Amino acid sequence: MNRYPLWKYLIVVAAVVLGLLYTLPNFYGESPAVQVSSVKTTVKVDAKLAQRVEETLQAANIAHQGVFSDLNSVRVRFAGTEIQIKAKDAIEKALNPDADNASYVVALNLLSSSPNWLRALHALPMYLGLDLRGGVHFLLQVDMKGALTKRLDATATDLRTLLRDKSVRHIGIGRDGLMVAIKFRDEETRKAARAAISDSQPELILTEAQDGADLKLLAALKPEAQKKIQEFAVKQNITTLHNRINELGVAEPVIQQQGADRIVVQLPGVQDTAKAKDILGRTATLEVRLVDDENSENAAVMEQAAHGQPPLGTEYYVERSGRPLLVKKQVVLTGDRLTDAQPGFDNQTHEPAVHLTLDSAGARIFKDITRENVNKRMAILLIEKGKGEVITAPVIRTEIGGGRVQISGRMSTMEAADTALLLRAGSLAAPMEIIEERTIGPSLGAENIKKGFDSTLWGFAAVAVFMTAYYLLFGFISVIALACNLLFLIALLSLMQATLTLPGMAAIALTLGMAIDANVLINERVREELRNGNSPQAAISAGYERAFGTIIDSNITTLIAGVALFIFGSGPVRGFAVVLCLGILTSIFSAVTVSRAIVNLYYGRQRKLEKVSIGQIWKAGAK
Amino acid sequence: MEFFRIKRDIPFMKHALVFNVISLLTFLLAVFFLTTKGLHFSIEFTGGTLMEVNYAEAPNVDQVRTRLEKDGFTDTQVQNFGSARDLLIRVPLAKNMDTARTSERVLATLTAAGGNPQMRRVEFVGPQVGKELASDGAMALLLVCFGIMAYLALRFEWRFAVSAIIANLHDIVIILGFFAFFQWEFSLPVLAAVLAILGYSVNESVVVFDRIRENFKKMRKATVPQVIDNAITATMSRTIITHGCTQMVVLSMLLFGGETLHYFALALTIGILFGIYSSVLVSSPLVMWLGVSRDQFIQPKKEKEEAVV
Repeated sequence: MNRYPLWKYLIVVAAVVLGLLYTLPNFYGESPAVQVSSVKTTVKVDAKLAQRVEETLQAANIAHQGVFSDLNSVRVRFAGTEIQIKAKDAIEKALNPDADNASYVVALNLLSSSPNWLRALHALPMYLGLDLRGGVHFLLQVDMKGALTKRLDATATDLRTLLRDKSVRHIGIGRDGLMVAIKFRDEETRKAARAAISDSQPELILTEAQDGADLKLLAALKPEAQKKIQEFAVKQNITTLHNRINELGVAEPVIQQQGADRIVVQLPGVQDTAKAKDILGRTATLEVRLVDDENSENAAVMEQAAHGQPPLGTEYYVERSGRPLLVKKQVVLTGDRLTDAQPGFDNQTHEPAVHLTLDSAGARIFKDITRENVNKRMAILLIEKGKGEVITAPVIRTEIGGGRVQISGRMSTMEAADTALLLRAGSLAAPMEIIEERTIGPSLGAENIKKGFDSTLWGFAAVAVFMTAYYLLFGFISVIALACNLLFLIALLSLMQATLTLPGMAAIALTLGMAIDANVLINERVREELRNGNSPQAAISAGYERAFGTIIDSNITTLIAGVALFIFGSGPVRGFAVVLCLGILTSIFSAVTVSRAIVNLYYGRQRKLEKVSIGQIWKAGAK
Repeated sequence: MEFFRIKRDIPFMKHALVFNVISLLTFLLAVFFLTTKGLHFSIEFTGGTLMEVNYAEAPNVDQVRTRLEKDGFTDTQVQNFGSARDLLIRVPLAKNMDTARTSERVLATLTAAGGNPQMRRVEFVGPQVGKELASDGAMALLLVCFGIMAYLALRFEWRFAVSAIIANLHDIVIILGFFAFFQWEFSLPVLAAVLAILGYSVNESVVVFDRIRENFKKMRKATVPQVIDNAITATMSRTIITHGCTQMVVLSMLLFGGETLHYFALALTIGILFGIYSSVLVSSPLVMWLGVSRDQFIQPKKEKEEAVV
């Protein structure tokens, strides 16, 4: 009765072999590597790049342990960290001759040192969470209202152009909360405007209102349009973050949307959080506006403006040089029209400068504006977190065509490079705020791995010693089953490339402690059957069968807790839940099937079994 | 080796009232501490900044504290963490400040104070996240309770479901009572441990209930208390050994897991100890008082047999 058909043995053997295979990569550790990926969409990562990297290393006489390339990057493995850094410098120099205009990200990374045949089987080591490998984790909240107001600002400008083109006379357009308000003198023009607007801007809802003597037309965005704008804002911000992080040179960044309006950014290995936060948190956009020259020369008006009462339609700013000026609220151009920004130097003064390239629409607007405003001043503002700064306000000498613009004005070389980077990375569609941050130093990560490993190891050892002492051979078989459980669990985690965190490691240890329950149940049942006078073979069979229902019941309740944690948990708790759930599933298989297979193999073929090694069976009455 | 050499069934149910009074008292005590002292929530729930800083030589904690206060970080907690050279600094959320940058400013202050501190870990949680975590935690707890009750009601009977969940929720309250009394930090991993314990210690009730069900079918002449006594006695050995094994692993976590896993392991320890007691000695009497009887198990069995025939 205690015999398994051959296929059951085969399943167990196959499971163990697969388990070993996929657990194996975790033991090879990681070796230092350099990763090259492309910054620009126009620059492709291909076999040619791999060849170029290899040739560069040969020329520099640097020994490597293999060049690997996939769709996004070329990676080179090295024997030690010293060679790795040397190689990084050499590759950087060869691929990015112009440091200010880099086409590639050359970053330090760690690569699994498992052999190629394992990698071919997709057997990769577990992916370590930030708390184990060190790095920064940010959770960013996208300001959806900001996205809408930004859009409405642009709409106000569009409407102004539209009404001018259609020769509809209004007496003022401006954004008022989440609406654009247009004022008119009489009903007729309002009607004309209404017709013109609803023709060209179908996503606006128009309502009429009266404000004193003025007739008003209020334009608000339709709900569908609002939703679309918000979705777009998150996507646009993610793209922008990708670009910015590329400039930071991180090997394996994670940038993902979480919920409707949040973005998770994980930068493994990054230690300079201040720099990272600077780049991420900045919501710098460029705006070009005209300077109100008349009022800026008027000392009395300026005095009032300095106290917070600038003339209508203007804003008070202080230029970097310290000179105050009034800038018109109307935006001529925004950073959206920018295609490139490079740090450099002014040809004449040799001051540090930022060279901007505009797209065709931007170039046309810029040409028109400069032609119409010769000898007037134009302000270039950097808007960061709602606060603007006038970088420079040059006088327009001639019409500027071709879309090439230069910003210069009391910047250091560093500032020029930073400004260029920010502008180049694209503007954010909506401001963002960091609402959660976790930074873990690399030494702490290594310590956490050791702690998690030690907990598991000693916990396992204690259980193994106790089980073998208490249940003898059956106990030892239970320990083998438990070891198989650990093997399956790690193999599954590696196969799924689930992120392992410290709570996840705690869950591995805890699962081991809980999984032994199934074997204790079985062993106790077998003892009980023996105590009741059953023959050894019958006792084994009955013990396993009777215990099975209980094992399922008791594991399902824990599984329910695990699933609830997975649904509602976030971050590290989620890792805990994943391991817990997987551990329960593997433990049912290993505790029941694997241990039974071993027992059957050992005892099942003995016809006249008189004694099983399961420890002392004490019977009441017998001493 | 055989630890449990029990000749006769232990008359647990005779003392059922005593057990339930004991648990009621500990439960009330836990509720008392929870209401008067409250839980010491970690910054994950309250929002704020937590920093772990490492010094080459042990710094003077009081000096660091006064220095931080002088620089405008009021209500800041500074304490040693693990060793005298490691400091844990908690800064609460402040209004009108760029809270995401708090850690940088604190580090600047510390660096200015000397001793060359090295940042080991930073956790910053904004106010909106904390509230969500608290409500998510409550939702998870609810889901676990309903899930387990539904499963037990389906698999056994509603009386079992109700008594198991009462017994195990009482464990949870007692764990929380400990955290309130000692003012241990209640963090996200602790919440995970509490929920895991809920699922885990229900196991215990399940094993006993399984036996009760089996005994109702086997022991035709026994009274209900006798059936329950026999079930508890028969599973006692397994209960102690299983929990002992789990506790060994948890103890290993407590010893080797370091500060991060400390409270996690502590919550598990309390949960395991009270889990044994409550799921056996609280839930079983409850089942009895809710009026469990043999008929509830024999009837469906017969129907099933007829159906097969």
